[in-house]
Amino acid sequence: MTRERAVTLIAERFGSAQVQGEAPLVVVLRPEEWLAFARFAKDALGCRFFSFSTAVDWKEEGLEVIAHVDNLDDRLAVVMRTRLAAGTTTCASLVPVYKGADWMERECFDMFGIRFEGHPDLRRILLGDDWEGHPLLKSYAVDTPHPPYR
Amino acid sequence: MEMKPPIPVVPAPIWRDIKDLQEYEQLRQRRPEGDKHSPAFVSVTEGIHSFPGGFVVTTAADAFFNWARKSSVWPVTFGLACCAIEMMATFASRFDVERLGMVPWASPRHSDLMIVSGTVTIKMAPMLLRIYDQMPDPKWAVSMGSCANSGGPFRHGYHVVKGVDRVIPVDVYVPGCPPPPESLLNGLLLLQDQIAHFNRTGQRAAPNPKLD
Repeated sequence: MTRERAVTLIAERFGSAQVQGEAPLVVVLRPEEWLAFARFAKDALGCRFFSFSTAVDWKEEGLEVIAHVDNLDDRLAVVMRTRLAAGTTTCASLVPVYKGADWMERECFDMFGIRFEGHPDLRRILLGDDWEGHPLLKSYAVDTPHPPYR
Repeated sequence: MEMKPPIPVVPAPIWRDIKDLQEYEQLRQRRPEGDKHSPAFVSVTEGIHSFPGGFVVTTAADAFFNWARKSSVWPVTFGLACCAIEMMATFASRFDVERLGMVPWASPRHSDLMIVSGTVTIKMAPMLLRIYDQMPDPKWAVSMGSCANSGGPFRHGYHVVKGVDRVIPVDVYVPGCPPPPESLLNGLLLLQDQIAHFNRTGQRAAPNPKLD
């Protein structure tokens, strides 16, 4: 699986997706293509290794979800990116495809409040169960009080 | 056909629902009640002291016990972050605090001192308080490094306690990021002075000024 072959396959299957970059290969998707592209990346592109998943808060432009998957045999790295609509906090979960996405998506939910639909066990992973708010959102104020500790 | 056992579903722990922690909240001990001697001990020593010539015995015994207490401070091993590396270096052969009678001890029940070495997070603070409450009185706390003193470079992080003195009472602040072993050693010598002061007067001296 070379980069050119991967680009051809992506263009055949996901015509609307933008492909950028050399390595890693960045694929910008629509939110509804998210899970379908993950299946495609695992089966057709051979990206069987789930590296990480995270998110970016672009303030009023909405949240962006990012996942990095690898084809370790052919040294192909694919970064999947999707922009959720402004005010939307739901996204399809990748756990049905990649088991390794479980804790990553829990962390994403913990820090950004993104609700991954189809996740088997979506609860906080790093912060306490009684924590209020999602601290990596830009709207979360610095020095938010947490009595009695800060 | 291979049979797979079902994956057990373990419910998430909720700390406030744990019975042990509820009991600990009820039995929590606070200064200065913990610093008092027991009434039986006080009556025995008063009796010896009022006996003719008995004051020689009590003052000599006091001086001996003071020396013994300040020369056998056992810190509980409680490494939180990178400061713990410097703390380990202080305990190791080159700086060797064992010559001051300090033995890092792996149980809070047998320890006199807690060296808070590193950033205290909001999730860790209840556990730190619990270990501190498990230590017998009189007990001492050294806040080591900028993070434990005031939050340090992580002061404005969402999860950092702004100084361990918001959780437990602190006797010596050691500045530095991280403090080198010499600095911690100086802090421990200051703590010995504080312990001697406490054993002489029965009152805790004020902690040294916080510099960070």
